[in-house]
Amino acid sequence: MAEWEACIGMEVHAELLTDSKMFCSCANAFGGEPNTRCCPVCTGMPGSLPVMNRKAVEMVLRTALALNCEISMTSIFHRKNYFYPDLPKNYQISQYGDTPIGKRGWLDVPVDGRIVRVHIRRVHLEEDTGKLFHLPTGESAVDYNRSGVPLMEIVTEFPPDMHTAEEARAYLQTLRNVLVYLGVCDGRMEQGSLRCEPNLSVRPKGSDTFGVKTELKNLNSFRAVQRGIEYEIQRHIAVLEAGGKVVQETRGWNDERGESFPMRTKEYEQDYRYFPEPDLVPVQFSEEWIEQVRASLPELPLAKRQRFMEQYALPEYDATLLIESRATADYFEEVVKLGAEPKAAANWMNGDLARLMNAAGIEDIRDCKVTPRHLRDLIGLVQKGTVTGSVAKQVLEEVFNTGADPAQVVQAKGLTQVSDTDQLRAWVQQAIAENPDAAEKVRNGKLQTLQFLVGQVMKLSRGRANPNEVRRLIAEELGVQVE
Amino acid sequence: MAQRLTLEQIAHVARLARLALSEQEMRQMEKHLNNLMAQFERLQELDTTGVEPTAHSFPVYNVFREDVVQPSLPQEEILANAPDQRDGCFTVPIIVEE
Ligand SMILES: [Zn+2]
Repeated sequence: MAEWEACIGMEVHAELLTDSKMFCSCANAFGGEPNTRCCPVCTGMPGSLPVMNRKAVEMVLRTALALNCEISMTSIFHRKNYFYPDLPKNYQISQYGDTPIGKRGWLDVPVDGRIVRVHIRRVHLEEDTGKLFHLPTGESAVDYNRSGVPLMEIVTEFPPDMHTAEEARAYLQTLRNVLVYLGVCDGRMEQGSLRCEPNLSVRPKGSDTFGVKTELKNLNSFRAVQRGIEYEIQRHIAVLEAGGKVVQETRGWNDERGESFPMRTKEYEQDYRYFPEPDLVPVQFSEEWIEQVRASLPELPLAKRQRFMEQYALPEYDATLLIESRATADYFEEVVKLGAEPKAAANWMNGDLARLMNAAGIEDIRDCKVTPRHLRDLIGLVQKGTVTGSVAKQVLEEVFNTGADPAQVVQAKGLTQVSDTDQLRAWVQQAIAENPDAAEKVRNGKLQTLQFLVGQVMKLSRGRANPNEVRRLIAEELGVQVE
Repeated sequence: MAQRLTLEQIAHVARLARLALSEQEMRQMEKHLNNLMAQFERLQELDTTGVEPTAHSFPVYNVFREDVVQPSLPQEEILANAPDQRDGCFTVPIIVEE
């Protein structure tokens, strides 16, 4: 059986986080009553004229620079002509040809401990369409609130740099992080503010020609992206191994059934008759404008991860989790700046705090009641031995729920670690008396059972007993030696 | 000699523009459009050596608006001319894929 290689490209559409739309002053927002953020421009009324949103242009410039693109010093817009009810003007204003705002860039993508450099062919600006819903009556309903929302398109270079579903997913995740860091897109795939259309072909490994490609739509999560591409690669291979030919087509992904299906496309669809948009003058970038935007670029996720590993001696795993969102990374650095030990801060954030946030459905760490100061205090309480690790978990939960000060929680609930030998010995003796079998095993040298008795003492003390002291005292009481 | 548009090309363009032309109208279009093509042929005769290709003839750039929200039209007004509407949406016949 031949060995196959997939070649994967990707088109990503990102709705820009401007306040107003691309060519009119209607609000750019999600949800709300249908057709309430519309005007003559974004509904294509005769006689209306578009005016470019400077912020949207700058956001694309910002992205293009972050993606190491060359900038087209003069960049123009085009009309892409087609009829569809979600497109009220019967053309979409887009950028075609050689002068997209950004071209020939790249993004370094970490996959499995190595870096894949994915080349970017173009980064351009266009407008989003309205939304079409199918009604049970057999008609369609149209909402133009999204019509004219600034949309950025990012297309990977051909020949493709990606060869596995995992790489494609990692690319999308890395790109999303960059866009969110740049503050140009909120990256919510489930709301459609970030959309991705991979295209892929399969060829015998080592071949220098390409197979027939298909395009995949309806991928609404990172998981769907990976599954959809995996499925599609296997489908291509099955067709080729059966001696068949892959049909060039657009396919939809059905996430529930875990399979792709051919989407019917209009035969004239490809005939877009692009021409320069006569209602818009060209955008011209100056060196000053470009340098000013370049200077305002934030530290990007991959660079931040590297710095976290070096500056704070964090393992790659911790650093990767911390840089997932800019807010989380900033929070971490705040905790450390306040004096907490970095590894301890990372452990709490990626462990118990992440778990509590997950359970409560909180996505942004800034929305949680535990402040960087709280976390710094909690870590301090553990380090000073005021509370045990297991009590600290209870304290964190209390702070998480109420926003109370960790030290006050410890005070109010009497959770201070007990190291007082008399008190500890009393608990130890009680535990031994209540568990004679376990005690006997320890006496006979089964030291694993000692841990069980430690657990019993922790229970009696409601987690407050100093576990090292407890071990020592149990050994002493039972006359055994522990290291 | 001017490149002539065929009836087939005209039918294609008419289809793209969603125009249902009768045979007579097609012939008329053929004549009009080929006339137009001839005009462009004449323009092609101009010597444009040294003239940068351009999409816009005025040296005007960067006409921007600031990213400020202004009130949109009320929903009733946006929907006022809709041939059909329901629950705040325009309703249209379902698109039949070809
Ligand atoms: Zn508008």
